[in-house]
Amino acid sequence: MKTWVYIDHFKGQALPASWEAIGAGKNLGTVTAVIFGQNVEPLAKEAFEQGADEVLLVDDASLLDYRAEAFCASLSKLVAATSPDVILFPTTTRGREIAAMAAIDLKTGVMVDVTAIDLQGDRIVVTRPIYAGKLFCKETCSSNPQIVTLRGRAFLKPKAQAGRTGTLTKASPAMGEADIKSKVEGYSTSESGVSLIDANVIVSGGRGVSNNPSLIPPPGLDEKQAEIWRAQQGFTLVKNLASTLGAAVGASRAAVDAGYVPYSHQVGQTGKVVSPDLYIANGISGAIQHLAGMRTSKVIVAINKDPDAPIFKVARYGVVGDLFQILPALTKAFKQSLGK
Amino acid sequence: MDFSLSSEHQMTQRMVQTFTQKEILPVIKEYDRKQEPIPFALKRLGELGILGICFPVRYGGQGMDFLSLGLACEELEAADTSLRVAMSVHVGLCGLTLLQWGSEEQKQNFLIPLASGKKLGCGVFTEPGMGSDVASMLTSAKREGNSYILNGEKMWISLASKADLALVTVRTNPASSRLSNGLSSFIIELDTPGITRGDIHGKLGVRAGSTGWINFQDVRIPVENRIGQEGEGFTITMSAFDHGRYTVASGATGIVRAALEASVRYAKERTAFGKTIASHQLIQEKIARMSQDYEIARLLYLQAGWLMNQGVRSTRETSFAKKFATEASFRAADAIQIHGAYGYSDEYDVERYFRNARGAIIYEGSSEIQTIIQAGYALGDRQEKPLRCELPAYDPVLWQNCE
Amino acid sequence: MKIVACIKQVPDSAAKVVVENRHISWGDAPLVINPWDEFSVEAALQLKEKHGGTVTVISVGGENEKEAIKHALAMGADDAILITDPVLTGLDTQAIAQVLASAIQKIGGVDVAFFGRQAIDNDSGLTPSQTARLLNWPALTLAAVITFDGIRLKVERSTEEGRQAVSANLPVVVSLVKDYGEPRYPSFMGIRKASRAEVPAWSLANLGISAPASVISWPDIMNPPSREVVCEIISGSSPDEIASVLANKILGEKVL
Repeated sequence: MKTWVYIDHFKGQALPASWEAIGAGKNLGTVTAVIFGQNVEPLAKEAFEQGADEVLLVDDASLLDYRAEAFCASLSKLVAATSPDVILFPTTTRGREIAAMAAIDLKTGVMVDVTAIDLQGDRIVVTRPIYAGKLFCKETCSSNPQIVTLRGRAFLKPKAQAGRTGTLTKASPAMGEADIKSKVEGYSTSESGVSLIDANVIVSGGRGVSNNPSLIPPPGLDEKQAEIWRAQQGFTLVKNLASTLGAAVGASRAAVDAGYVPYSHQVGQTGKVVSPDLYIANGISGAIQHLAGMRTSKVIVAINKDPDAPIFKVARYGVVGDLFQILPALTKAFKQSLGK
Repeated sequence: MDFSLSSEHQMTQRMVQTFTQKEILPVIKEYDRKQEPIPFALKRLGELGILGICFPVRYGGQGMDFLSLGLACEELEAADTSLRVAMSVHVGLCGLTLLQWGSEEQKQNFLIPLASGKKLGCGVFTEPGMGSDVASMLTSAKREGNSYILNGEKMWISLASKADLALVTVRTNPASSRLSNGLSSFIIELDTPGITRGDIHGKLGVRAGSTGWINFQDVRIPVENRIGQEGEGFTITMSAFDHGRYTVASGATGIVRAALEASVRYAKERTAFGKTIASHQLIQEKIARMSQDYEIARLLYLQAGWLMNQGVRSTRETSFAKKFATEASFRAADAIQIHGAYGYSDEYDVERYFRNARGAIIYEGSSEIQTIIQAGYALGDRQEKPLRCELPAYDPVLWQNCE
Repeated sequence: MKIVACIKQVPDSAAKVVVENRHISWGDAPLVINPWDEFSVEAALQLKEKHGGTVTVISVGGENEKEAIKHALAMGADDAILITDPVLTGLDTQAIAQVLASAIQKIGGVDVAFFGRQAIDNDSGLTPSQTARLLNWPALTLAAVITFDGIRLKVERSTEEGRQAVSANLPVVVSLVKDYGEPRYPSFMGIRKASRAEVPAWSLANLGISAPASVISWPDIMNPPSREVVCEIISGSSPDEIASVLANKILGEKVL
């Protein structure tokens, strides 16, 4: 099968999901990476190293900033000329949109946000979540090319091979600047913090977070204030890991009740019910009231010094240890792996 | 006989429910614990038109019917009683009584700001020494030229410190042949000189509500503010109670539902003896009783609301609804038992429902008073004469017209 | 301004959705307006309030699928059109987009067509862009902020990196994200209007198109796999060693 893989990037920085798409494409046959932008030839080198056999590059000032109609038009024109069997996209804001619009030009369909790809003869049959993941369906498309967007982290990135190269073909954009109706006027960062309900990753703290014996509270605090001070120190460790992972901060009822953290952070039967991809529970025993609020999380990690804590019954990974040592170490380890 | 709710009614119920879910439920526990009203609650009820839901548009209201009032109260109290109490006194005791008994000028001056949510109203009847025995009230109003001079103390008044207007019943004739003939009602601006008011704390329930006392010391009220004629005060007060009672009945139904829903949720999660407690029959018994009570309470208040829509006096039906629903809502404290020790803690909502529910059995016509009323009807002892002023029937065209 | 909002009716998001023999059911959970579409109706109403005009909602569905339409009317939309035809079932997004594009063209003179980001049943998020492509209008999707200076409509799009400001002359297609701001509740007057509203029903014949073909099909629909969890305890000689192993395991789960 001839598979094209759209490499999504922002200002020349590829989104890692694009390499996962190359990985998925390799399983189907030969892979041609498609790169649109301006001054993005370095991405071609990366694409070869990530496993692309060919690279189709359209490098033009009109493609410096993403504009749906321009990117779509160029892709459709190239596809019409060459007829790949399959086009894979990462499910990013741009990837989804280009796929959607190219499908209209090419009179075909798009299978969106898939978690698995199966090849049956010359037809791809995908698995994808529907109804917010309450159900899954198998989907297939009767027309060509078969266009698929891949869910992030569902497919393996290939191992990069330094120095690997392939065939680079350069092409021109399909639209001139004058014909493109939309104008990009600038970029900004958005202020919104991660809300618990929408978060993909949550790092939570429970009562155990306040019990760091090695912390000496400043003088002048009474017992209750000292406990809160200790807890806030502990929650700082929780927040540091959360911010490294781009995660929301959650808490058990015990932590909220004791005043360590506001009620809006409470996860549980009487707080918020969440279902993130990753839930890291620190110093939380795992009583049913808390579990009811996070039990459907995809991967649960528990850090607790009590080996019999019920939380370990639902956790995928656990550490029986001192969270005041493990948490900062974990934050450091992630900072290194995620390159932060 | 069509028992289904119209599309309009369903949308109304859903709208009020969405409001309570989005804006009230996230904060109610905090304020109930602090024994303080939610600062924005009354303002939002006004902004959304809920405070004027069942008044004609030409009087500043939303032109919906009395069933809508009941449905809104059910939703509000399913979130917290304090919200429904505001409706009971602002809409029930004050607004609807003005609609029924007020002169056109009084409706223009006082009903329009109430129905449009610009001013808050309350009902002022109870005194430190008098609750059920309305006829024996002591607060006096002495006629002096074009005014009345009011003196006395009123207590257990919801929204006492928050309201702008009050529908007040007082004794204008100390020498009447029968105590009940000596009362008159007034619509009073609560910033009139001589009026002082304060809050009462330490209630078992409705802690996010505002309950207080109002003191009258030589308060001069213009005669134009008298509602109806001198001596009609008792009858007017009984009308006010009918309206308030309807909101209490529909609201208490909301507590039964909230307790039921909480119990079903919890019973399906909690396990004991190898299965969910929902699989145990003694728990099922409690849940069955709550679900039956909810159906009955709901049908009773909807019937009363329907009669109000027809312009038919519904004292009897409202009494059935109020007594049944309030007692059922207190019985729904079975929800605490279902939640076990957790039900005893304010981490869960059911103890709040229990504390809130207890009050309604006392106020707006205690269960004992309702019993007497119902026996009176059943024995044929209650001779109801037509009232000089009736609550107008609901007329969608008339009520939704702006002129 | 002539403003259109395309809305969809879906089962309530709290519904327990199960499938048996490829038949999807949601118990007695109500059918409601797709939550994302409340944002697009809100945006449409705000645009009308600032610049004048009318807001028409369009929905494709069965004859009795009017809950979404009623909600939009109760929020304040001026009128609604239900596109209903027995052949319009099981359509994929590009077929639906063809229907919506024809409807928008039939209405004529539309300046802005609003969409919610995606529908919570199919979760595809393709229809807004596809409708824009068929109309050959600029697609200003994932809008968190919308401004119109009388000539160009500008949106701030919500992307992985933050916000991208893009503008175009009318007519345009806009899709909304939650950052736009809370949609208004239906008003009582709106509720009354909505209950009484006569909603014209357009068939494919009215649109002047033949049944669009779907190319996507669903060979199977499954309940999610049940997961048995076996906890792996990570140990090591130092916190750093434990942390390093744990971090790698977590990264291997592909959840970050």
